[in-house]
Amino acid sequence: MNPQDIQKIAHLARLQINDDVAAETAKSITEVLNLVDQLQSADTDGVAPMAHPLDAVQRLRADEVTEGNQRDAFQAIAPATENGLYLVPKVID
Amino acid sequence: MHNLTLAEQKAQLEAKAFSSVELTQHYLERIERLDTDINSYITVTAAQALAQAEEADKARARGEGGVLNGIPIAHKDIFCTDGVKTTCGSRMLENFVPPYNAHVVDNYLRAGAVMLGKTNMDEFAMGSSNETSYYGRVHNPWAPNCVPGGSSGGSAAAVAARLAPAATATDTGGSIRQPASLCGVTGIKPTYGRVSRWGMIAFASSLDQGGVITLTAEDAALMMNVMAGFDHRDSTCIDHPVPDYSAGLNDSLEGLTVGIPEEYFGEGLNPETEKAVQAAIKEIEALGARTKAISLPHSSLAVPAYYVIAPAECSANLSRFDGVRYGYRCENPQDLEDLYKRSRGEGFGEEVKRRILVGTYALSAGYYDAYYRKAQQVRRLIKQDFDNAFNEVDIIAGPTATSPAFEFGAKGDDPVAMYLEDIYTIATNLAGLPGMSIPCGSVDNKPVGLQLIGKAFDEARLLNVAHRFQQVTDFHRQAPAEID
Amino acid sequence: MEWETVIGLEVHVQLATASKIFSGSSTAFGAEPNTQASAIDLAMPGTLPAANAEAFRFATMFGLAIDAEIGRTSVFERKNYFYPDLPKGYQTTQLEQPIVIGGHVDIAVNGETRRIRIHHAHLEEDAGKSLHEDFHGLSGIDLNRAGTPLIEIVSEPDLRNADEAVAFARRLHSIVTALGICDGNMSQGSMRFDVNISIRPKGEEKLGTRTETKNLNSFRFMERCIEQEIERQIEVLESGGSIVQETRLYDGDTHSARSMRSKEEANDYRYFPCPDLLPVILDDDYIDAVRQSLPELPEAKQARFQEQYGLSDYDAGLLSADAATAQFFEAAAAEAGDAKACANWVLGEIAARLNASDSSINEAPITANMLAGLIQRIQDNTISSKIAKTVFDAMWQGEGSADAIIEARGLKQVSDSGALEKIVDEVIAANPKQVENYRAAPEEKRGKMLGFFVGQSMKLSKGQANPQQLNQILKQKLEQ
Repeated sequence: MNPQDIQKIAHLARLQINDDVAAETAKSITEVLNLVDQLQSADTDGVAPMAHPLDAVQRLRADEVTEGNQRDAFQAIAPATENGLYLVPKVID
Repeated sequence: MHNLTLAEQKAQLEAKAFSSVELTQHYLERIERLDTDINSYITVTAAQALAQAEEADKARARGEGGVLNGIPIAHKDIFCTDGVKTTCGSRMLENFVPPYNAHVVDNYLRAGAVMLGKTNMDEFAMGSSNETSYYGRVHNPWAPNCVPGGSSGGSAAAVAARLAPAATATDTGGSIRQPASLCGVTGIKPTYGRVSRWGMIAFASSLDQGGVITLTAEDAALMMNVMAGFDHRDSTCIDHPVPDYSAGLNDSLEGLTVGIPEEYFGEGLNPETEKAVQAAIKEIEALGARTKAISLPHSSLAVPAYYVIAPAECSANLSRFDGVRYGYRCENPQDLEDLYKRSRGEGFGEEVKRRILVGTYALSAGYYDAYYRKAQQVRRLIKQDFDNAFNEVDIIAGPTATSPAFEFGAKGDDPVAMYLEDIYTIATNLAGLPGMSIPCGSVDNKPVGLQLIGKAFDEARLLNVAHRFQQVTDFHRQAPAEID
Repeated sequence: MEWETVIGLEVHVQLATASKIFSGSSTAFGAEPNTQASAIDLAMPGTLPAANAEAFRFATMFGLAIDAEIGRTSVFERKNYFYPDLPKGYQTTQLEQPIVIGGHVDIAVNGETRRIRIHHAHLEEDAGKSLHEDFHGLSGIDLNRAGTPLIEIVSEPDLRNADEAVAFARRLHSIVTALGICDGNMSQGSMRFDVNISIRPKGEEKLGTRTETKNLNSFRFMERCIEQEIERQIEVLESGGSIVQETRLYDGDTHSARSMRSKEEANDYRYFPCPDLLPVILDDDYIDAVRQSLPELPEAKQARFQEQYGLSDYDAGLLSADAATAQFFEAAAAEAGDAKACANWVLGEIAARLNASDSSINEAPITANMLAGLIQRIQDNTISSKIAKTVFDAMWQGEGSADAIIEARGLKQVSDSGALEKIVDEVIAANPKQVENYRAAPEEKRGKMLGFFVGQSMKLSKGQANPQQLNQILKQKLEQ
């Protein structure tokens, strides 16, 4: 991991990492990756990946409208709104 | 009043020895007096607490009120509280006041409990020392220059310092058990799916589980009776009958087989800690249980697997914090990308950013199989280790942490040294099993915890063993000398 | 050089559930911004998804209707990317284990039937909308649509030209509307198409570099867009250039597509199974029960229309293609009795008007009942077919039922022989020269000459004269 690699990942994760700390970040992430590389020692041939600790299955809910309009409550804690819309810098498709 | 257990306070309230307002007032005074040094609370809701206590007293006068009527408790600041700031230990949510309650918070409201405030924690529950909180570090009540553990360090310190008789907490890799161990209190992480995660701010969804920190196992049972239960809003919450956790506390331990995993007593375990834990196991044997040496062969891979799975899940879970609908938004964003990058770059602390980066990397094109898929496979191997062990034993016992509380900054800049703090606790999260930590001794006047691990949905058994142990020991009764 | 076009479609179909796929918010179209965005839809901290059973039932219906395999275990994954209309920062979708696997749709183009294979269809959530009207140079985000259930249908690259692509899209439209799993309302975005297009020299096996054009929500746009894109690619290649793999956005106002800036960088979506949702298991009993509940599909309906109403293959095909149209036709036919007349009206006047306004029959200003009322008045000779057109126009303008219009405008056909004789007398009196000619003409030429008098009499009757009766009276009087 070098600072350029870090900036590439940081861009995917939309995190600003200032250049002066990128090297340090790269170093600590390399340490973490060294730790997780121990996984490669495990023999996992034929082992099914486990996404959930319990072998449960999804319940499905009935198709009912249970939520009303709470826009005022939600937008009271929003950084920027106007006419019921959330405002962001111009979106360019 | 504050040296009474929750069960004792409940009995005294019922006997009208004191009122909920008096009890609540007493805790609020202690918090006011002592918490400037300990910093276990991020928010104290004094006025609201007194109003709730008053309501509880009125309900009692009418012969009404829930099972925890009038009992003051604290909530970890990861649980959303309607109208009360919920920060998750982060600058990102410094001004976040949710218009809804977590399921767990609602449960305690219905039971008549009084909320004293919101406890400090590692930012987004990522840490084992509480040093990553944006709201300042929490001091261990037993040793003010030491960490309380994390991420539920605020909850553990608050209970240890008698600033609340009980507190809610969460555990993703040891975040209830490790601070309970370091602060000399009782903590239980239930089976994954036992407690609803609705309104509990997610770190790693397949590992996170709400639980409680109390002084005693008996108190933990009372708290669990309210916390546990099905919630249709959480798809991973299991619809499994909730027993009365208080009912079997005094059951005999005759015939119980306790597994002692050799991997939990190897290199890296502080010898003094080991001594205390071995003595505690002897005590359980003396109560009629039989011990059996077992092996959990993939134990050493638990931390590596966890540090792929948890960061991967958190990298997606924390994407919603983007400065658009709530939370921190940077000043004068130049464009959309700037809004995202600076809001997240400035709103999140170093450890959170580190984990997001690790998770993003582990999931990115070309690395998924080597990291994420591999970790999920190892996760199954770890689960199978436990399944095999539980064919032979009823519970597993060992240390909670490698050593007692360490000094602030002791783990330095090396994230891996901190990650290894959870070496004995992480596997149970990967396997979804219930785990507990109970005080079992001390080293240099700093508490040591005994960890108990159970089969899925066998919390009652853990509480039973812990309670019987606490009937014949007094570690859980000891209070930090400097706090009174 | 002769080029061959290869087209594959990705079709987003909004499912007609009452609530969203993971929350209890309404999916109704057109509400005030963000009034149908719950805590879950807004990705508020601590909120969790709960999956909607009806979305699974609808997706299963679609799978069975196209003869696909139904995924017994389907798994939701997170597709990670940042965009303001995507509140969680990831879209919950399916990748490795979708609910619909394989299947096919048959299309008929120029009398030839072709089988188009479906790769798969998966369930996912829709995103919100970014509104670009000027908010001081900012964009406004409306999350009402966020979380609306979609199935994304992905075809194999089996289509070879715009006609086939449009026929395929129309076929899918007719299937999902017949199933009742989508309202089919294209103008509201209920069905949206992404078109993957590449070209290669005829005979070449290897596929050319493809472009993807997004945001097509009408069949006409799709046709134009494909034709334009094929032309563009041929031009690029024939002038020695190469096709850049890119995502293009079609603008319905300017009828042109352009490269999308936001998609310039190669995306790395970092898919992984959503830990907040568990695998959905659909067993044989469930699938059988859904199969039993399937309504009549367009193909079967087409055959029945030919048989039951004696319609041509072509007319039956058109009428059965859209569930609402088929229902309208059958309701009108049942009431009016004359199915062929109903078919002619529906496929003629009504279709022409709907096409002109790019709207569906549900939006038509007349009902099946009103059409039947009009046809009945033709049948009982109250009005002529010519006047019927006038009445139809008036009905379309919202002037009421056929009877009300005939009454109000006095369009009732004149069958009273006294009144007709009076008209004929007037015409004869006014045109003595023509009468003279007529009477002098030989028998075989008189038929043609009669037309003049019919015309004049009709004009005088304002078109309301019963034509048969008028003919009879004219002949009588002229030959006196």
